[in-house]
Amino acid sequence: MRKLILACVLAAAPLLGVASEGGELPGFKVDLTNRAGLQRGARTFVNYCVSCHSAEFMRYSRLAQDLGLTPEQVQANMVFNGGDANQVMRVALVKKDGARWFGQAPPDLTLAARSRGAEWLYGYLRSFYLDPSRPFGVNNAVFPNAAMPHVLAGLQGTQALTDGHLQPVAAGTLTPTEYDAAVRDLVNFMVYMGEPAKLVRYGLGVKVMLFLLVFAGLAYMVKREYWRDVH
Amino acid sequence: MANRSSGLARWIDDRFPIFDWWDDHVGQYYAPKNFNFWYFFGSLALAVLVLQIVTGIFLTMHYKPSEDQAFASIEYIMRDVNWGWLIRYLHSTGASMFFVVVYLHMFRGIIYGSGKGPRELVWLFGMVIYVLLMAEAFMGYLLPWGQMSYWGAQVIISLFGAIPIIGDGLSLWIRGDFAVGDPTLNRFFALHVAAVPLLIVALVFFHIIALHETGSNNPDGVEIKKKKGADGKPLDGIPFHPYYTVKDIWGLSVFALIFAAIVFFVPEMWGKFLEPDNFKPADAMVTPPHIAPLWYFAPFYSILRAVPDKFLGVVAMGGAIFMLFLVPWLDRSPVKSIRYRGPLNRIALAIFVVSFIGLGYLGTQPPSDLYTLLARVFAVLYFLFFLSMPIYTRIDRTRPVPERVTTK
Repeated sequence: MRKLILACVLAAAPLLGVASEGGELPGFKVDLTNRAGLQRGARTFVNYCVSCHSAEFMRYSRLAQDLGLTPEQVQANMVFNGGDANQVMRVALVKKDGARWFGQAPPDLTLAARSRGAEWLYGYLRSFYLDPSRPFGVNNAVFPNAAMPHVLAGLQGTQALTDGHLQPVAAGTLTPTEYDAAVRDLVNFMVYMGEPAKLVRYGLGVKVMLFLLVFAGLAYMVKREYWRDVH
Repeated sequence: MANRSSGLARWIDDRFPIFDWWDDHVGQYYAPKNFNFWYFFGSLALAVLVLQIVTGIFLTMHYKPSEDQAFASIEYIMRDVNWGWLIRYLHSTGASMFFVVVYLHMFRGIIYGSGKGPRELVWLFGMVIYVLLMAEAFMGYLLPWGQMSYWGAQVIISLFGAIPIIGDGLSLWIRGDFAVGDPTLNRFFALHVAAVPLLIVALVFFHIIALHETGSNNPDGVEIKKKKGADGKPLDGIPFHPYYTVKDIWGLSVFALIFAAIVFFVPEMWGKFLEPDNFKPADAMVTPPHIAPLWYFAPFYSILRAVPDKFLGVVAMGGAIFMLFLVPWLDRSPVKSIRYRGPLNRIALAIFVVSFIGLGYLGTQPPSDLYTLLARVFAVLYFLFFLSMPIYTRIDRTRPVPERVTTK
């Protein structure tokens, strides 16, 4: 019996948030209201990610519209393959080549923020460390044995993993604070990319809720009026 | 209703019995006046059914049931179709909320003895709707063609393979291929958008017709037809319209508030309504580390996993659903409502609720020794609730049922 009670308590523990898992992930608060931040994130994304990763459901023109850029700006600064801004973000890298060169084809990133979560992405992009045993000389503390090289090393610099802690080895062009901010912008952009409707969803939701509140109030008054004679 | 003795109304009334239908089922349908909170969920289930059909029609206009295009067409709906994201979230939220209201509706039936005579057919039609709804949800979940869609279908269809002798042939026949693939997707689409909804609508019709034949039960379990006034109307009855139409509109508006809060603010419901892994396209080469059904199947999935033998697990899972069909006959209590039943009924009901929710939680978690043990305990309790029902309902104390319904 005591065993059973213990079992019940243990089973309930995750519900109560007693057990912690994935403790190494830093918190990440998504912010889609900072338009300049989203634009910076988009810039980082097309400059550093879209060389290998596609975003095959994200249109450049939609990005322009949602982030307050003109199609010309996007065309000139973000579309590198000579096509027009109405296309989605494709890459020249053939899947088969990707699989051969990296051990695994770079996945499409349109929905990465939805399948992995923003916290994971934020943790992952800040956790590359030097590891000579890996093909590209880097490993990742959040995603062990990740196939991806540290493409942002030029910005972040390099890190080493000592006693479970990431320590800077060589500086990049950004300070650690600036790098974190850049990754934050990038992850916010990826959250937006995962669901562009998020930009309008909350605002519309507030209006719908207000309407329904008024409607529910009126419906209740009608109900009360009709039911006055039921005893 | 409009005066039907002249004009257009007369012209129609002579040709089509729409006014009689209105009177029989709405305007002159007398329902007990003491319906409480639990009686909102029938009309809410109907509202969600309509929502699912309407949003489903619009999704069908843009969705492509093909292995190569299904996943992309959902993203097309989410991004390029005007209001597509809203229609899709209404449909995905509607799927889960359908089960929320149906489970509460069924629970109402159990606590107030609504399936007991003379309403056994109302209960049975309802149970068939519930089983059809599970089939509908299962097949609909394959359509987005994400990882969870794919592997969930793979696991569930493979259960048919556990049936001796015909199992392998049967699961092959269901899939139309050796693994879940394009033929499976196409037939699930056909069943999801045409066959099963037609059956559900027909059964809902039977469910309501049977209910209106016997009249509605109520929280006191009193038959209001036994006490009629001089006008031949039940003394404790009030016309469905306007009393329950206005009441149900008020209930619907509160439900809509909750529904909208989910659709606009947490459509994924933290992975409970839309799972993170389902935002990855189906990949037959990569098995997700943890395949869990959506929450509404979890209690039964838990029972399946609790049994060490696969075939017996399938039998237990089917049995768990079948038990519900038998409730009107397992329940031997002389009174209908829990209000006039004794402590044994209440304790049994509490154990049932705890074990059902416990199984539901465990069904979404990766298995461990402890969880398997717990799932077995809950599964045994679940079955005991039903199998010992003929005993505890008969020997339990009852309190006298009043002649007339009670209102607070």
